[in-house]
Amino acid sequence: MRGIHDLGGMYGFGPVVRESDEPVFHEEWQETAFALLMAAGTVQPGFNADQYRHSVERMAPGHYLSVHYYERMLTGITTLLVEQGVLDLADLEARAGGVFPLALPVAAAPMAALTPQPEARFRVGQQVRVRQYSCMGHTRAPEFCRGKSGTVLRVAPKFSFPDTSAHGGELREEHTYHVEFTARELWGAEGNDSDSVVVDLWDSYLEGDAP
Amino acid sequence: MSRQAPAPIAARAAAVKSALIDKGLLTAETFGHMVHLGADEWKPENGARVVARAWTDPAFRERLLHDATAACAELGYEGPQGEYIVALEDTADRHNVIVCTQCSCTAWPVLGLPTDWYKSPEYRARVVREPRPVLRELGLELPQEVAIRVWETSAETRYMVIPMRPAGSEGWSEEQLAGLVTREALIGTAMALPA
Repeated sequence: MRGIHDLGGMYGFGPVVRESDEPVFHEEWQETAFALLMAAGTVQPGFNADQYRHSVERMAPGHYLSVHYYERMLTGITTLLVEQGVLDLADLEARAGGVFPLALPVAAAPMAALTPQPEARFRVGQQVRVRQYSCMGHTRAPEFCRGKSGTVLRVAPKFSFPDTSAHGGELREEHTYHVEFTARELWGAEGNDSDSVVVDLWDSYLEGDAP
Repeated sequence: MSRQAPAPIAARAAAVKSALIDKGLLTAETFGHMVHLGADEWKPENGARVVARAWTDPAFRERLLHDATAACAELGYEGPQGEYIVALEDTADRHNVIVCTQCSCTAWPVLGLPTDWYKSPEYRARVVREPRPVLRELGLELPQEVAIRVWETSAETRYMVIPMRPAGSEGWSEEQLAGLVTREALIGTAMALPA
C-alpha cells in the first residue's frame, strides 16, 4: 500500500517547529547535495525527476525518517548513479572512509496497471473518485485520497505520467486535475466542516463518480 | 541500511562530488552555478514582489490569476520547479495553504528552496489532516468561518498563495508592500505582516 514517503495523514508526529531566520543551507554538505541534484541531468543524460523521486522513496523506512531532507537527496542521487554504473560504490566508500548506505532496489513489478488516458476525460465541477489501486513502485496519488470522491476545480495541462516514467515504461502524457476533497470525506467525523484538501491527480488515477 | 554506522554525511557528499569531478562529469563552475541558483537567485523575495504587484496593479492581478507562470516570468521569475505555477488568492472567507506530503515540492523561482519545517515529516503528515492545529502551532489562528483549503503538491503544479493585503497599507509603494510578504505568507502558514 503506502511507502514511507507517503506521509499525508499519518498519525504520531509531534509539533511543527519553525526556526526563525533559517538559512537556505545549514551546512556545506547540504548545498553539495542540492548542486549534485541540479547537475544530475548533465552528469547522466537519462536522468529524470520521477526516477529520482522513486530512488528517495526506496530508502529503508528507518533511514528515510531519521535523516535530513538533503541526506535523502544525496542518497537518492547516489543510488541512481551507482545503479546506472556512473559511480562505483566501493570507490565512494573508500573516498568517504566508511559505509555509504544507498536506497533499496526497485520492486520486481513496480507499475500498477493503469490504462493510459491521452485525452482529458473530466471537466471542472465534475465528481471524480480516485481509483483504489495498489502499487509497489513510484506513483503520485497519495494513499489518503485513494477511493475517495472529490470535485474537479481545475484541469491542468498534460504532464509526463510519473508511474511509467520512473520505471522505464511507456512514456505518456496525461492531464492532471486539481481535485477538491472535503475534510469530512477524507477524515470522517474528525474532519472540519469548513476545510478541504486539493490534490493534483493524473487522469488515469481517476474514475467518474455519479454525483 | 547497513548495520555499520555510515560515514559522516559531509564525507559522503564530498565523496560523490569528488568522484564526479575526477571522472570529468562535473566541473567546479557548474557546481558553483547550481549552488548560486539555490542560495541566491530563488528566494521568497521574488514571490513577495509578485504579490505586491498584484496588490497594486489590477491588470497584473488578473494575469496572475489566469496564468501565474507567465505573470511571474514578466518579472523575470522562471526556471526549474516553476514550469506551471498557479496562484491561490486568499479572501475574507477562504485561506489557502500549501504542502507536499510525498517529498517537498515547491515553486523554487518564487518561493525559494523549502525550509526545514516545510520539509519536516511533522508538517507533511499533519497539515492535510489537522490544518487548524498545525497553523496554530505556527502562530496563525483562523476563525471557524474561514474555510481552509490545503493544496497538496502531488503532481507538477507549483502553487503560491496571494495573501490578503493588510489594512492600512493604502498608498504604499510596491517595494514597501513586498516587505510585508514573508515566505510563510506565500505558503499560507501566516498572513502578510501588518502594515
